[in-house]
Amino acid sequence: MHDKTITELSRSLQSGDFSSVELTTHLLDRVESLGPQLNAFVTVTGELALEQAAKADQRRAAGDAGPLNGIPIVHKDLFCTDGVLTSCASRILDNFISPYDATVVGKLKQAGTVMLGKTNMDEFAMGSSNENSCFGPVKNPWDDTRVPGGSSGGSAAAVAARLLPGATGTDTGGSIRQPAALTGITGLKPTYGRVSRYGMVAFASSLDQAGTLTRSAEDAAMMLGAMAGFDPRDSTSAEKDVPDYRATLDDSLDGLRIGVPTEFFDDGLMPANKTAVEAAIRELEKLGAKISQIHLPNLGLSVPTYYVVAPAECSSNLSRFDGVRFGHRAEKYADLTDMYKKTRGQGFGAEVKRRIMIGTYVLSTGYYDAYYLKAQKVRQLIAADYAAAFKSVDLIAGPTTPTPAFELGAKTDDPITMYLNDIYTIGANLAGLPGMSVPCGFVDGLPVGLQIVGSHFSEARLLNVAHRYQQVTDWHTRAPEMAAGGTART
Amino acid sequence: MTIEWETVIGLEIHAQLATRSKIFSSSSTAYGAQPNSQANLVDLGYPGVLPVLNGEAVKMAVKFGLAVNCEIARRSVFARKNYFYPDLPKGYQISQFELPVVGRGEIHITLDDGSRKRVGITRAHLEEDAGKSLHEDFEGMSGIDLNRAGTPLLEIVSEPDMRSAAEAVAYMKGMHTLVRYLEICDGNMQEGSFRCDANVSVRPKGQQELGTRTEIKNLNSFRYVEKAINIEVERQIDVLESGGKVVQETRLYDSAKNETRTMRLKEEANDYRYFPDPDLLPLVISEEEIEAVRGTLPELPDQKRERFCSEYKLSDYDARVLTTSREMAAYFEAVVEASGGEPKVAANWVAGELSAALNQSGRDIGESKVSAAALAGLLKRIADHTISGKIAKEVFAAMWDGEGDADDIIEQRGLRQITDSAAIEKIIDEVIAANPGQLEQFRGGKDKLFGFFVGQVMKATQGKANPGQVNQLLKKKLA
Repeated sequence: MHDKTITELSRSLQSGDFSSVELTTHLLDRVESLGPQLNAFVTVTGELALEQAAKADQRRAAGDAGPLNGIPIVHKDLFCTDGVLTSCASRILDNFISPYDATVVGKLKQAGTVMLGKTNMDEFAMGSSNENSCFGPVKNPWDDTRVPGGSSGGSAAAVAARLLPGATGTDTGGSIRQPAALTGITGLKPTYGRVSRYGMVAFASSLDQAGTLTRSAEDAAMMLGAMAGFDPRDSTSAEKDVPDYRATLDDSLDGLRIGVPTEFFDDGLMPANKTAVEAAIRELEKLGAKISQIHLPNLGLSVPTYYVVAPAECSSNLSRFDGVRFGHRAEKYADLTDMYKKTRGQGFGAEVKRRIMIGTYVLSTGYYDAYYLKAQKVRQLIAADYAAAFKSVDLIAGPTTPTPAFELGAKTDDPITMYLNDIYTIGANLAGLPGMSVPCGFVDGLPVGLQIVGSHFSEARLLNVAHRYQQVTDWHTRAPEMAAGGTART
Repeated sequence: MTIEWETVIGLEIHAQLATRSKIFSSSSTAYGAQPNSQANLVDLGYPGVLPVLNGEAVKMAVKFGLAVNCEIARRSVFARKNYFYPDLPKGYQISQFELPVVGRGEIHITLDDGSRKRVGITRAHLEEDAGKSLHEDFEGMSGIDLNRAGTPLLEIVSEPDMRSAAEAVAYMKGMHTLVRYLEICDGNMQEGSFRCDANVSVRPKGQQELGTRTEIKNLNSFRYVEKAINIEVERQIDVLESGGKVVQETRLYDSAKNETRTMRLKEEANDYRYFPDPDLLPLVISEEEIEAVRGTLPELPDQKRERFCSEYKLSDYDARVLTTSREMAAYFEAVVEASGGEPKVAANWVAGELSAALNQSGRDIGESKVSAAALAGLLKRIADHTISGKIAKEVFAAMWDGEGDADDIIEQRGLRQITDSAAIEKIIDEVIAANPGQLEQFRGGKDKLFGFFVGQVMKATQGKANPGQVNQLLKKKLA
C-alpha cells in the first residue's frame, strides 16, 4: 500500500480494499523500521495516528468521507500541533508542546487526514541541506551519504522513501522545491498568501509559504485544495476563492506559452542537470506548449537580496525565543541579560545565529538604508522582471537546483556555496509567485527536478502542466531502493 | 549679568484607546483582572501566532485626527520596534514609525489667564502597549503580567510649542478633555490610561536654536507634569549657569523626592531597528471611511464653549468650566432646560455647589447624588421666591444626603420664604421695639446699624423672610 499515491489510496479506502487503520498501521511499521536510517522524524505520533485513523474509518462507515479522509500525512516540525512537540529542530524549542493547531494542521485534520508525526528540518527552516538540525541531519533515501535538501528535508525524505504519501513543508527560499528535486518527488510552493501562515513558526514572514511534498501533481492538487484559503487570523492571507485544483488537471497545454530564462542556464548549472531539464521542456513542447527564451535580468541579485531580507525578518521573528515564557531557558544565569545571552547562546545553532546577526546588522541605524532598504528596492526590481515576463508567457520553466543532491558535510563550511544552491528558487519567493518542482530525470542515480513558476494564484495552471507532464513521463513514480525494505507485513 | 532663560517643552501623550479588545488580538482590555488572565497566545507572543489589526482602534485614531484638524494618512505602515524585555513578549513592539496614521494638526488651549494658545501636533500613531513587570512580591524574581500587553495606544506627539510647565499642563488638560469628548479614551490617569513623556530644554531668551533636551518618562498626573518640568528646568538652568552642559538623556521623575534623575543616556539607548512589520499589510484608509468617522464626531469642547457663551450668555470662564467634560455640559443643559430659568443661575449652581459636592465626595458627575432634574426643581423654587438662594443651599445639602426632592424638603423643614408684607412688617416692628438703643444710635446717624436690623429680622424668621422685602420695609420703618 505504501507505493500508492494519495489519489490511489483515496480510491482504495473508498472501495474498502483496506481501512485507514490498516494503512496507518502499515505505514507506522515502515516509519519505525526505515525512519531511523533517514533521521526524517522528530516525533512519531503512533497512538494519536491510530486514533485518528479509527475515527476516519468511522466517518467513512457513516458515509461522511471526503477525498482525504483517512490519508496518513506528516507535518514539518514548524507547524504548531496541539499537544505535540513543535521543535523547529531547535534546542530552544525542544520542550515546546504547542497548545494549538496551525491553520494548515487544523484544515488538514478537518479534511480527515491522519497525522503520523512531525518531520525533521533545518533549524527554523534555515538551510538547504537539512544539516542544521539539533536532531542531526536527514539523509537522502537515494544515497544515504547525501543530503535530502532543505529545509523541508525530513518531509521530502519521508515521502521519497514511501514512508508517507504526502507531507507539508514550508518554502521561504526554496525549502519545498529544492528538497523535492533532490529526492525525486513533487513539491509545490503556492502563491504568498494562498495558504495561511497562522501557526507556522515564522522564519521570514514576507517570504514564508506553506506547501506540499507529494509523489504526484494530482496529490498536490488534493492537498492544496484542503490547505488553501483565507484565514482571518493571518492578515497577509488572500481573500480569494480556492478553485477545484483537480478539475483542471487534464486541461490541454495547447498554446501554453512557456518562457525559459537564459539566466537559469548559467555556468553554475551542472551540464547533466541541464540536459535533463531541457529534455523535460521539450516534452512540454510536445504536449502543445510554445517555448521561448526570456530574460529575468535582475535574477542574479536574488541571492544577496534574499540574504538581507530574510535574516532581517528572522532576527526580529526569533526575538520571542528568550527563555521567559516557553522553550529552553539556561539553567544558571547571573541576571536578566545573562539569562538572555545564555538561553539564546545555548538554544540556537550556528546558522540561525549567523542569520540573526546578519539581520540585526542590516537593520541597525546607519546600515538600514544601505542594506535593508536597498534590498527591498532590488526585491521590487526582481518582482518587476517576473511581472514583465508574464506579459508574454504564461509560465516560466527551468531547473530547480544547479546540481543533484550533494554529499553530507560538503558545503557546511562554506555558507555562500550553500546559499547558491537556492539561486533558481529564491526569485519566486521574493516575488511571491507559486512554483513547483517536478521529477524530470536522474544524474548518476540521483533525481533532478524541473521547476515551473507561474503568475500569482496560477496554482491550477501549474498543477495542470505538472500533471500532464507526469501523464507522459514516469520519473515521479521511481522509488529509491531503500523504499523496498521494511515491508515485511505487506 | 544674568541670562534670562526660556523653557521649551514638547509632550508625547499616550492615550489608551477605549476599545473592548486589544489592538492585535481578541483579548479583553478591561482593567484590574487577575494577572495574565487577559492574555491569549497572540499577546503571549507564542510561536506561530500573528497579529490582526482591530478596526475600532483605527477609527478612534481617525476620529482624533479629524478633531484636531490633522492630516489622515490614506496609507500608513506598522513597524516593529525591536528590544528585549520580559514584559515585551515578542521582543518587539508593533508601532508606527515612518508613516503614522495621523499627521500634522493643531489644538488651541486656554491658559490660566484665560488667553488662548495654539499648539502644533506633529503626529499621532497607533501602537501596542507592553505588559507590566512586578518587582515586589517575588523574592529574588520578577513577576510579569501581560494583561496590558497589546492594549491599543494612541501616541500624540506635540511640537515643542510650550514655554512653561503651566502651558504644558494646560495642553495636557486640553487633550484630556478632547479624548474624553471623543470617547476614544477613558482618561483614567491612575490606571495609566492617559500619561505622557515630556521633552524639556532651556535656551537663552531670544536664541533661535533649541537647547539640548531631556525626556522625562511616564508622568501620570497633571501635578507631576507641572512639578517634574519645573524641577527639571531648574536643574538644567543650574547646570548651564555653572558652566556645564545638559546631556541628552531619558530621566525619571521621583515624586517622593521631587527630583528627576538619569534613567539612561542617549548612548545607552537601544537601537530599535525599526522596520515595516511583514505580518501586517499597510493600513489603507479610504475617503469614505474617513467621512463615515467624521459623521460620528460630537460637538467638540471649543465649539460647545462658544455656543454656551452665545446661546446662554455665559462668561467665557463659566463656559469653559462647564465644558470641561461632555457629561458636565450635558448636565448643565439638562438643568437649564428643566428649570426653564436663567442659565447664569444654573451655571453658578452646576459649577459651584454641585461641583463642590462632587469633588468632596470624589464622584464623577455621572454619579451625582442630585440629578439634573432634581437640581432644576430646586432652581425653580428660587426663581419663584419660594426660598432664598441661601436657604437653597441648605435644601441642596439635604437633597445630596438623600432626603428627597426640593419641594419635599422645603415642606418638611418649613423653609418656605415669608413674602407676606404684613407678616414681615409685624416682625420688623417687634425687632425695633426690642432694640431701642440701636434705634436711637441709628437715628443719630450710625447708618451701619441698618445691617444689624436686617440681621435681626432674618434671625427672627430663621432666614425665611424675603431679603429684598425686608430691606425695603425696614427702610420705610426706619426713615
